[in-house]
Amino acid sequence: MAELLPELLAVRGVSVRFGGVQALTEVDLTARAGDITSVIGPNGAGKTTLLGVINGAVTPLGGSVRLDGADLSGRPIFERAAAGVVRTFQNLEIFSNMTVLENVMTGGHLHAGYTLLDSLLRTPRFRREEKRLAALCREKLDFVGLAHKAHLPAADLPYGEQRLLEIARAIAVEPKLLLLDEPAAGMNNKETQQLGAIIRRIRGELSIGVVLVEHDMELVMDVSDRITVLNFGRILAEGTPREIQDNPEVVAAYLGED
Amino acid sequence: MLFGAPQYLVSGLTVGATYGLTALGFTMIYNTTGIINFAQGEFVMLGGMLSVVLLKAGLPLPLAILAAVLCSALAGCLMERAVIRPVGRAAPVNLVIITIGVSILVRGVVMLIWGKDTFALPAFSGAKPLRFLEASVQPQSLWVLAITLLVLGALKLFFSRTIHGKAMLACACERKAAALMGISVERMAMFSFGMSGFLGAVGGAILTPITLTSYDVGVMLGLKGFAACILGGLGNPFGAAAGGLILGVLESFGAGFISSAYKDAFAFIVLLLLLFVKPTGLFGGPKSDRV
Amino acid sequence: MAVSARSLQLAVFAGLLAAAPLALPNDYYINILILCCFNALIVMGLNLLMGYAGQVSLGHAAFFGLAAYTTAFVTATAGLPVWAGVPAGIAVSALVAWLIAVPTLKLQGNYLAMATLGFGIIVSIVFNEAVNITGGPSGFVGIPRLKLLGYAFTSDTAYYYLAAGVLWLATLVSRRIIDSRTGRALRAIHVSEQAAQAMGVDIARHKRFVFVLSAVYAGVAGTLYAHHLTFVAPSSFGFNFSVQLITMVVLGGMASLWGAVAGAFFLTSLPEFLRVFEEMDILIYGAMLVACMMFMPSGLVGGLGKLAAWLKRKLTANPTPGQKPGQKPGLKADSRG
Ligand SMILES: Nc1ncnc2c1ncn2[C@@H]1O[C@H](COP(=O)(O)OP(=O)(O)O)[C@@H](O)[C@H]1O
Ligand SMILES: [Mg+2]
Repeated sequence: MAELLPELLAVRGVSVRFGGVQALTEVDLTARAGDITSVIGPNGAGKTTLLGVINGAVTPLGGSVRLDGADLSGRPIFERAAAGVVRTFQNLEIFSNMTVLENVMTGGHLHAGYTLLDSLLRTPRFRREEKRLAALCREKLDFVGLAHKAHLPAADLPYGEQRLLEIARAIAVEPKLLLLDEPAAGMNNKETQQLGAIIRRIRGELSIGVVLVEHDMELVMDVSDRITVLNFGRILAEGTPREIQDNPEVVAAYLGED
Repeated sequence: MLFGAPQYLVSGLTVGATYGLTALGFTMIYNTTGIINFAQGEFVMLGGMLSVVLLKAGLPLPLAILAAVLCSALAGCLMERAVIRPVGRAAPVNLVIITIGVSILVRGVVMLIWGKDTFALPAFSGAKPLRFLEASVQPQSLWVLAITLLVLGALKLFFSRTIHGKAMLACACERKAAALMGISVERMAMFSFGMSGFLGAVGGAILTPITLTSYDVGVMLGLKGFAACILGGLGNPFGAAAGGLILGVLESFGAGFISSAYKDAFAFIVLLLLLFVKPTGLFGGPKSDRV
Repeated sequence: MAVSARSLQLAVFAGLLAAAPLALPNDYYINILILCCFNALIVMGLNLLMGYAGQVSLGHAAFFGLAAYTTAFVTATAGLPVWAGVPAGIAVSALVAWLIAVPTLKLQGNYLAMATLGFGIIVSIVFNEAVNITGGPSGFVGIPRLKLLGYAFTSDTAYYYLAAGVLWLATLVSRRIIDSRTGRALRAIHVSEQAAQAMGVDIARHKRFVFVLSAVYAGVAGTLYAHHLTFVAPSSFGFNFSVQLITMVVLGGMASLWGAVAGAFFLTSLPEFLRVFEEMDILIYGAMLVACMMFMPSGLVGGLGKLAAWLKRKLTANPTPGQKPGQKPGLKADSRG
């Protein structure tokens, strides 16, 4: 059945070097629309770097990144956002100088249908569009359960909620593909469960494809359709959660880590 | 067409040595505290002015210079203790403005006490120029270069041999790690301010016999020192010193061959071009942002 | 959000600007007020650049000067009317800003500071050395007074109302930009360029926009300044003035519209009050800078805000959550305005 879904993201043969560190070597990753695709691996395996390559923050030595068949290689980050790729950050990058709602409205930057002149003249279009955007962003906050905190300074949110805010901000871009970098880091059990539900609803209700980088194996095994395992910048295995759990190499890599 | 080149080289190196010492002072403070000290130029001015004043007060020249340099080092320590340490880890702009405030204060005090006149200092060993290649070299230039090299050599030893020097490099790499190793970051900060007071004042004192001094020479010297710092790659002490020499020579050649009216502009034009091409300076490594 | 509160602030500001000359009877004070307006105008632009978008400029005096000299040249040397000189001055400032923005704004932190500083110094050296055009260190004399649509601004009071009106308009424009998608994008860039880009913000374009905009503010101030004094000299556009501008931004309170105005008015009029101390004024000026930054790091507006919060706590005796400890004001800071 999974074979019927179209390829949303196709990363092919990507390699990355940082000075002397070979962070990725010939990595492939495929994410199908309507799938939750996870990338796991020990610290330093290159997961964040891979997300960076997909959203344009990291320039690879070679290889290609395609979204819905269109080549994204060489295009800057903001154009990729417009094309439908958005990410969250492992080390939270909340806009600490704004309120919660303003953070999400920044995510809606591309959907505010007015020009600078409209904002200077406060035209009806400006008012209408800002109102629409605010309502839309409130919905996104509601989606992650933060609607009641819309007007608090974002910096005042506890850590777990800042992670949710990053997700709300990202889905306000209305992407085709959402890249989540360790969204459960720093969350307690209950929050992690809620996060799992949110990730499923992102796929189910919003029809956004998800690439999830995560260390919490319970969460990963629970929500993923496919899993790719990275180790030292190379692909160690790829398959369904079952296949991955039964893969002796993967087990060895993880046992070897601690 | 290269007529005069050796001459320009010598005078460029002479002035560049002071830029280098100023830049070194910037680097020391930057490495231990992350602050760009805009009062750095005032240390250079203090070195020259205090030497002049002490000489007039009857001290023999070597003693006057020594005392001036020590006073400036003390002023550096005092500055750290009085206005930098109390604010802790404030935002970088705020710290920069504090140092700007200090520089205005220092300049103001010197102007109030000794006025707006320009002062001279006698050369260390006579003023009869020596012939060297095609250049006529003032003995003072040799003094400047020799003393600068001496200071650089001593610093090199200091960084590689002494516990304080190593601690300072450790501070540069990782404040937290330094703190964990039992190095007092605060003491290091004070020490670095003292050191840059010392370095700046040395630069000021040895250059004064050539360029004269007054209460307001610190502004341009400080800015050029900062430029030298960036030229050499911010944070790299010997890059900073080299940056100073390069800047001095560039400026001297620019003034000699192109236009002396725009002498002060050359340093900054070159710097701007360099920044646009290689933003981390001549000797700076590549910088990458982690996310 | 709080649209009416913002309109009210603007209305109060208009009222204060209109009433100020009535409280200050003589021309000497009116002239200080005019200078306050010019500086506030530049500082407001610089605050959009620094306080909101987080990009330092240590060379902003150059844009002020470029516009002043351009209009001086166009009107006095070339003999064209003032209504041609003013837009030309503003356009030159904007154009130069646009040209240097691309390479400059790729730089960050201390490198950006150095590049803008270098730019400012180069421009100020040109003002000093291009004697044929600028008149050199002794200045450019004989700039005509402002005359627009047949009205000559001969009285200082008339000029004040012009300057104040322009300042008020600039405040309105700033307010509206801040409260729009552009303003959010700028604030986002301040905190995280990575995240801003990931949300689809073209950061290079936004940085260039705000840089040019701030140069336009400085340019407007520069042309009005030239036609007010009818004389300009390079010493007004040097490194010292750039530093003063930055100080006004920080002292007023970063990323606060009213902070910019407060900082500019305060620091512009301060030396006038310090004049009574004769030669000591520079000392007091330096000492105040240091003291303000040490004891009021979030600026006048932030300091007043804290005072208000403290009073409120005292009065209600009902503890409200204050600022989170350890939050740093300034470049990487919070605070909305
Ligand atoms: N900007 C960078 N500069 C230099 N090295 C980096 C950079 N980003 C990541 N690395 C290195 O690349 C490797 C992969 O890092 P990363 O992608 O963050 O791993 P993960 O997210 O799987 O923990 C690590 O060895 C890391 O130190
Ligand atoms: Mg990672």
